[in-house]
Amino acid sequence: MHEYVWLIPLFPVLGVLINGLLGHILPKKVIGPIACIAVGLSAILSTMIFFEVKALPPESRILNDVVSYTWMAAGNFSVDIGFLVDPLSLVMLLVVCWVSLLIHIYSIGYMHGDPGYARYFTELNLFVFFMLILVSSNNFLMMFVGWEGVGLCSYLLIGFWYEKKSATDAGNKAFIVNRIGDFGFLLGIFGIFFFTGTLNFQEVFAKAPSTFAYGGLEITLITLALFLGATGKSAQVPLYTWLPDAMEGPTPVSALIHAATMVTAGVYMVARMNVLFMMAPISLMIVGIIGAITAIYAATIGMTQFDIKRVLAYSTVSQLGYMFLACGVGAFSIGIFHLMTHAFFKALLFMGAGSVMHALAGELDMRKMGDLRKHMPHTYRTFLIGTLAIAGIPPLAGFFSKDEILYKAFSAESTVWETGGVILWAIGLTAALITAFYMFRAVFMTFYGKSRVDHHVAEHLHESPPVMTTPLWILAILSIIGGWVGIPWIESLNLFPQWLEPVMKGKAVVSQLTGGIPAHAVHHSLSFELMMALVSVIVAAIGIFIAYKLYIKNPELPERLTYGRFFPVYHLVLDKYRIDELYDRLFVKPTLWLSDKLLWKVVDDKIIDGTVNGVADLAKGWGNWTQRLQTGYVQNYALMIVIGVVLIFSFVIFLN
Amino acid sequence: MLPMSYYLVLGAVIFGVGVLGVLIRRNALVIFMSIELMLNAVNLTFITLSRYLESLHGQVYVFFVMTVAAAEVAVGLAIIMLIYRNWGTANIDDINLMKW
Amino acid sequence: MELFLFIVIGGITLISSFFVVFQRSPLYSALFLILTFLSMAGLYLVLGAEFVAIIQVIVYAGAVMVLFLFVIMLLNLDNEKREWMTKHIQQKYFGVIVVAVLVPLIGLGISTPLLYSKSQLGAPGTYSPQIAEQVSNTAAVASLLFTDYILPFEITSVLLLVTMVGVVYLARRVKKQSLPGK
Repeated sequence: MHEYVWLIPLFPVLGVLINGLLGHILPKKVIGPIACIAVGLSAILSTMIFFEVKALPPESRILNDVVSYTWMAAGNFSVDIGFLVDPLSLVMLLVVCWVSLLIHIYSIGYMHGDPGYARYFTELNLFVFFMLILVSSNNFLMMFVGWEGVGLCSYLLIGFWYEKKSATDAGNKAFIVNRIGDFGFLLGIFGIFFFTGTLNFQEVFAKAPSTFAYGGLEITLITLALFLGATGKSAQVPLYTWLPDAMEGPTPVSALIHAATMVTAGVYMVARMNVLFMMAPISLMIVGIIGAITAIYAATIGMTQFDIKRVLAYSTVSQLGYMFLACGVGAFSIGIFHLMTHAFFKALLFMGAGSVMHALAGELDMRKMGDLRKHMPHTYRTFLIGTLAIAGIPPLAGFFSKDEILYKAFSAESTVWETGGVILWAIGLTAALITAFYMFRAVFMTFYGKSRVDHHVAEHLHESPPVMTTPLWILAILSIIGGWVGIPWIESLNLFPQWLEPVMKGKAVVSQLTGGIPAHAVHHSLSFELMMALVSVIVAAIGIFIAYKLYIKNPELPERLTYGRFFPVYHLVLDKYRIDELYDRLFVKPTLWLSDKLLWKVVDDKIIDGTVNGVADLAKGWGNWTQRLQTGYVQNYALMIVIGVVLIFSFVIFLN
Repeated sequence: MLPMSYYLVLGAVIFGVGVLGVLIRRNALVIFMSIELMLNAVNLTFITLSRYLESLHGQVYVFFVMTVAAAEVAVGLAIIMLIYRNWGTANIDDINLMKW
Repeated sequence: MELFLFIVIGGITLISSFFVVFQRSPLYSALFLILTFLSMAGLYLVLGAEFVAIIQVIVYAGAVMVLFLFVIMLLNLDNEKREWMTKHIQQKYFGVIVVAVLVPLIGLGISTPLLYSKSQLGAPGTYSPQIAEQVSNTAAVASLLFTDYILPFEITSVLLLVTMVGVVYLARRVKKQSLPGK
């Protein structure tokens, strides 16, 4: 079965072709189902492959070069179009396919009535195609193709309503900021090829221990460059600014691309390169620090936002920070675990927010919501489940993954800092508190309290159609049970890390290189682990309690607080720490100035236009001069012919 | 028997005179006559070679050349008639539609 | 004997062809052209091509020249003005120079290889002087024309037909001409 893996990305391409070429003819009733069927076939196929691989013994679950043919070859450099089927890519395939399928179904209802219906599904399918290429490729270059492709689709879909200036601006911003990250990623690929001479993942990982020195400069720079790519795609500090703006796109797009799949590509990439990252402890430490900073930083911004999608966007950034935090402490499989559970509950939350918007005629401001739970029972219940999951309340999915990350952070003995892990843990725990707070703030402001909805809008309040609520419920169930595959305290139920074990060779490589000293020497007892879990539950509960106090009991208190002593701080956070403005000053304005004064006025106007006009003038002058040959007198032409005859004759006679 | 080159050189000279007429005369009719001169010079060459190579093919060719020349003269003179009708002249310097 | 004939007839041909070109009156040009054609027919006779010589007299000196004279008469052409040496003077000079180069070149080109090695031209044809003695030239040409050259011959007839149609079309009287130019 696994040799048909190439079909998985192919189905969405068929959807793209059908909807892209015939979309303007086909009726709407057909367009949506075509896109869904395309993704659905991929989902079914990836599931079948999953069960096939699952039946294999763990050692032989890495199937490299499944389908492979040479894409380009030059000298001893060759790149294949090849697929890698292993536990990691299968997890990604499953998550991407199934979540995409649900979001596609949801979109049929959500995008109903949009003039760009066919275009929407075409681009969505194209995105799925590139995402599947990204996660199933067996070499860097093909992964890069998918990487750039999802960036393109992200750009297209953020700017989907292109008649809105803010949407196109957001699309441009996302694209340009991602360029910076892609530049780093490309540098990393160059570095890897320079040192190992190959781009195939398995070959690179096999050669890495002998090619690079443990903790050496080369591997550190390469991994940092790769991580720069990851920060761009996964919206980490300092390149996170594009993600909140990306909420200009349709909400299902936010759910699919900017929450569940594309933004996790960076995490996937880091986990995929775990061998390389493990060999560069400094890079690993930076990954962890960046992850922790992002987690708490984005969470604080999330506390102050009123736009429900922006709250979720910052929450996404924060949760991605968690994933990198996990990678940074060497727990790559836990990072992927959180990636999976996050995909479920964040897609659910976004689609719930979309459902609210749908009911409120596109209203995003939570200050104009309230008391929606009676009108929208399904949306309310599923949204609450998602919120509980993200807050880390057992036994929902988010609890297991997040708690495991915090535990790993605590017990990780960073090779650089003795107590580094504890600091990361403290930051993560604080972020968990804030997460619980702002997520319940969103729930309380949206679904509880007094209704602040506009009269006109209130009259049309309605629950979304079943085509939208069904995916919500499926995701809600997944958000509940999704974490049960990785219960850390019971060995036989801790399936998820075991499943990924064959891919995570980094630890073995490092212990081999450093003379048998394991990277994580500390091992705590089961009771300690349970204690840690309890702590995080308590912290989450505190967060929920504060939110309850502030937004249910004393709804006027938050405003008092924000206008009191905390006014400057509050506004700083409300303005997102003015980082956008800072970037604007530092990078955007100088670039614009340079483009305007130098590149446009001098280089373009003078040099380029001058050259072009000069060439044209030259041709014109030449033509002016040579037009005299065209006298219009037939005899002149005849004379030319005779001269030609004379020349040919001379040539034949004298040169033969 | 005279050397072949006598006739050939005579043909070449007559051909040259024809070329000169085409190049320097301005009356379309005279230019036409010059073209006939050139054709005749070529015919002379054909006949000469036919004789010296002991082959009749050259003479047959001359026959065809004459037929084509007759046809050409007929069409050409008709065109000159038309030109004269429209421009009132047969002086090709006055007919310069091809000028830029 | 042949040399004498060549000098006399060839001289007449050459001089009359010069007069064709260097005459200001088209009528005189035409008359000298007739003389050229006739003397050319004489040369053909000297070279033993009686059939072609007769055709030359009938078609060229007869039919074609009558056509020329008719046109000259119809157009009532004046003599060329003296200005022909002043206007476009470069054209005239260049023409003379080019032709002065061209003629020796042609002469050189066609005569040198043939002068010295007849063998280069390949084996002589079948129309040897002995056969020419026995068979009349007209019969020989005709037999060749109606056997080997029958297809070109027929095509020539089509050409003449097409020419006739074309000339009739061109020369027909059209009322209200509206052509560009004058």
